[in-house]
Amino acid sequence: MHHTIFFDNASSTRTDARVFEKMKPFFMQKYGNPSSLHDMGQEAKDAIEEARDRGAALLGVAAQEIYFTSCGTESNNFALWGLAKSLQDKGKHIISSSIEHISILNPLKELKKQGWDYTLLPVDSFGMVNPEDLAKEIRKDTVLISIMHANNEVGTIQNLKTLAKIASEKDITFHSDGIAAAGIIPMDLKDLGVDAYSISSQQMYGPKGAGAVYVQKGHRLKPYLLGGTQERGRRAGTENVPAIVGFGEAAKLAAEEMHIHAAHITGLRDAFIKGIMDQIKNVKLNGHPQKRLPGNVHISFEYIEGESILLLLNMEGIAAASGSSCASQALKNSQVLLSMGLTPTTAQGSILFSLGKFNTMQEVDRVLEVLPAIIDKLRKMSPLYKEE
Amino acid sequence: MVEYSKQVIDHFMSPRNVGEIKDADGIGEVGNPTCGDMMTFYIKVKDHKLEDIKFKTFGCGAAIAVSSMVSELAMGKTLDEALSITNKDVAQKLGGLPKNKMHCSNLGADALHKAIQDYKQKNEK
Repeated sequence: MHHTIFFDNASSTRTDARVFEKMKPFFMQKYGNPSSLHDMGQEAKDAIEEARDRGAALLGVAAQEIYFTSCGTESNNFALWGLAKSLQDKGKHIISSSIEHISILNPLKELKKQGWDYTLLPVDSFGMVNPEDLAKEIRKDTVLISIMHANNEVGTIQNLKTLAKIASEKDITFHSDGIAAAGIIPMDLKDLGVDAYSISSQQMYGPKGAGAVYVQKGHRLKPYLLGGTQERGRRAGTENVPAIVGFGEAAKLAAEEMHIHAAHITGLRDAFIKGIMDQIKNVKLNGHPQKRLPGNVHISFEYIEGESILLLLNMEGIAAASGSSCASQALKNSQVLLSMGLTPTTAQGSILFSLGKFNTMQEVDRVLEVLPAIIDKLRKMSPLYKEE
Repeated sequence: MVEYSKQVIDHFMSPRNVGEIKDADGIGEVGNPTCGDMMTFYIKVKDHKLEDIKFKTFGCGAAIAVSSMVSELAMGKTLDEALSITNKDVAQKLGGLPKNKMHCSNLGADALHKAIQDYKQKNEK
């Protein structure tokens, strides 16, 4: 089997070798439980606190405002449930957007069953939320707003500062899902003005099994994992020490090297988009032309269906995705694309190529070599396609 | 990649009988692109037998493999024999299909049957 070209960095990233080295001792030598009083316990505790410092530094916040979780989904659940339940005496209305990840949308549906109400803001054809829409939808009983920073499918980056300001002027708690953005684009959460922010390790060249939430000091948050006093009582359960250590190292590397990688990845992205546009007709780039993640190439190929494109790419050793991998087994059309106004047929033929720091221009060239023939083969099979 | 059988991958990678028949005796279409799969079958009939079958399909790997397998199973058969081919037979011949593909993608026999109905209607007039 030849070398796989991994253009699916939105689903997960390769763990950086330096991260892995840092994690290794925490399996067989430094395996103490951070809650134990003995030296091995304290050694593990210190390692977690060092990781917390690094996560905090990446986001521009204080270490005691960082809470570790097990993944991005848990981070979103932790923040949404925890904040909503602690605010319920003030009101039970939440505002979010129609392009959120299912780890926001599904908790919202569940909260609705329990007596909350929520409003999903529309987006424009680039996937942007209009701040005026947010201002309009705020009600007397609105207590929480959750709008993602960068979209995991189409890569659109919201004007988070403007949105957070509208919330803060009305004294409404503002959370953002930053899982696709953290460690990839620079940010200072204090400057953005958000009250809470979710991040995940595996999206920034760290291991799977660790996530984190920033919760600004002074906010109440009702825990849903009940047990010991880990994470200052807000998230009980023995910490996944190796993963958290790896996460910390990934955050440190991201803070130091992000700008170099962003330049490299943006170069690959733009060359790849240009190559596709030049060689293949009837394609559309989805997302915002400028305000997009450095590695995001989300393309609709007219007249054909996404899974068959992915299968043929896979045969060539190329890994890409059709929409969110969390939703891909459901065989449903992407809600994100439909919200942006794509027709269901066009949405069906959409592929997400997500590039990362380990990808190369040779890989871009290789994909550009095989992609036009794949699209052509499927179009010739399609009843919707009439050859010109 | 996903749980497709060897037969599905074979028919998907090298589909048999792709194309259109310009002067087809019958045409059958099922599905629509909105739900993810659409198949169009074209047939030529001679002495109550399927002399030629061609198809065009918009859809996932399973949908393309199903179309190809149906065309192969029905080629040269009498109309009655072709009408007795079921979607279930096709899935079986393909070594099974993933559960979530059984309903949306497994419409090949329906499309072929529609093409035969179309032929019959035209010839009854």
